[in-house]
Amino acid sequence: MSALLSIEGLGITFGGLKAVHDVGFSVREGEIVSVIGPNGAGKTTLFNMISGVYQPGAGRVSLSGEDVTGMRPDLLARRGLSRTFQNLQIFQSMTVLENAIAGYHLRESGSVLADLLGLPASRRRALTAREGARALLARVGLDRAAEREAGNLCYGALKRLEIARALALNPKVLLLDEPAAGCNAVETEEIDHLIAEVAASGVAILLVEHDMKMVMRISNHIVVLDHGEKIAEGDPATVSRDPAVIAAYLGTEADHADG
Amino acid sequence: MKLTPKQATLLVLAALIALTPFFFPSGYYYRVGALIFVNGLAVTGIVILTGYAGQVSLGHAGFAGIGAYACALAPVHLGLHPALAAVLGAILSGCMAWLVGRPILRLKGYYLAVATLGFGILVSMVLNNERWLTRGPDGIDVPDLGLRGLLKGWGLDLSNGEFWYFFSGLCLLVGAWLALNLYDSPTGRALRALHGSEIAARVVGVDVARAKLQAFVISAVYASFSGSLLALQNKFVTPDVAGFMHSIEMVTMAVLGGVGSVLGAIFGAGILTLLPQALTVFAEYEQLLLGLVMMLVMIFLREGLLPSILRKIRGTGE
Repeated sequence: MSALLSIEGLGITFGGLKAVHDVGFSVREGEIVSVIGPNGAGKTTLFNMISGVYQPGAGRVSLSGEDVTGMRPDLLARRGLSRTFQNLQIFQSMTVLENAIAGYHLRESGSVLADLLGLPASRRRALTAREGARALLARVGLDRAAEREAGNLCYGALKRLEIARALALNPKVLLLDEPAAGCNAVETEEIDHLIAEVAASGVAILLVEHDMKMVMRISNHIVVLDHGEKIAEGDPATVSRDPAVIAAYLGTEADHADG
Repeated sequence: MKLTPKQATLLVLAALIALTPFFFPSGYYYRVGALIFVNGLAVTGIVILTGYAGQVSLGHAGFAGIGAYACALAPVHLGLHPALAAVLGAILSGCMAWLVGRPILRLKGYYLAVATLGFGILVSMVLNNERWLTRGPDGIDVPDLGLRGLLKGWGLDLSNGEFWYFFSGLCLLVGAWLALNLYDSPTGRALRALHGSEIAARVVGVDVARAKLQAFVISAVYASFSGSLLALQNKFVTPDVAGFMHSIEMVTMAVLGGVGSVLGAIFGAGILTLLPQALTVFAEYEQLLLGLVMMLVMIFLREGLLPSILRKIRGTGE
């Protein structure tokens, strides 16, 4: 299978500091690739470069073989790349359902004039999006909160809402930035299943996550970053035995767990 | 039968327009009412720009000026019917908004406010100084719309005040209906999304610069029609219609009443149109009092008057 998302030599500097340097890997259809590393290793920066939020200083991002380096996020969305955020980006004053509907923007939007006049075509598109959004909310277990204002939901629910919104785009590549952060064990397991299910449907998933158990359980492939550079990669078993990784990251985790 | 929020808003608005005249002590109040509706129309445009999309304009009176002077000039120089002149003004305003907004709305932050401020001042200066065309600060006559005479011919004899009251009310209803359609439509949702989080809106595929431009153009057209209506009912227009104070007034009305809701913003237009009438005794302190009211609302009722009041009512109901 060919890679849906591939990254070569990606790098960026902030005021002389190399936040990310020469990182490369690829994610294939149905595969779950995790990026791990200590805080400040450059994981979110990497995500922001791939999703067009930051302009990479060097390197190349390609989506299904097409060069999309530094492309605007809305154009990437058109090409099938979708993401969630570490520090939630929810439309606070909208309802939960409207947040999910927003994910259908590309499929529901038509002419402004039709929307102003409330023409049947406009209402039909909106209705289709609404039905799809309801089904998605049911899938992430938020259907009963559909009419609530999103700003009032708890953190774990908002995390799932973001995933639902990202899925609404029907993406080929999905970037998840710490989807389980702030979630309890039960919620984490639910998110686990959801991610596995989405991957099984053929979506390429790139994951940043601090919950090591979750990462080890669901990843096909792991990329380890430290100080903005890739220090190791491989399947979960290989990576967890890698001495460089243990020194940089897992070691501190293990100490913590033992203590 | 349960009403949707849209139907409820339109019903309330229609009822207010239809029923308030029964309480008018004199014919003069038709004139005040018509003025409220004209302002309400401009403010509904501000709701789309500021309430939905979260962008601030300090020069919308410029578009009102274009709409107003189109009605004064196009019938004389181009031989257009005043109604068509209003449409021409709206098209011109839309094009100007597109030209001004296109480069600016790509930038983040308050560039739009600054740029529109400049645009408003520019329009105002042109209207004041190009005497050969606009007759300058003394103002210029506007031809009659002719609709009142037409209605009379059909047996509906309205006084001038009554006609403009109901005609402006009807225009406001149409404007509100369009804005409410937009709210729950794909375009409206994209605008509200970029207001909530620009980056998240981008990620779901919203072309943010384009969406902002749409909101800006639509709101400019509202302001233009509002200016046209004002000119047509006064049969006279001065460059004040495009003045900076008028721009500030529009934003103040919307924010005071509640910029997030169409009905709230129209409510704000009502209060700020009535207030100077009630405060004629304090005419010299009018600006001062308006500033004070504005500050108090921003400190204590940040959503605006109407949404805050409704929330209070619902809050005690639960």
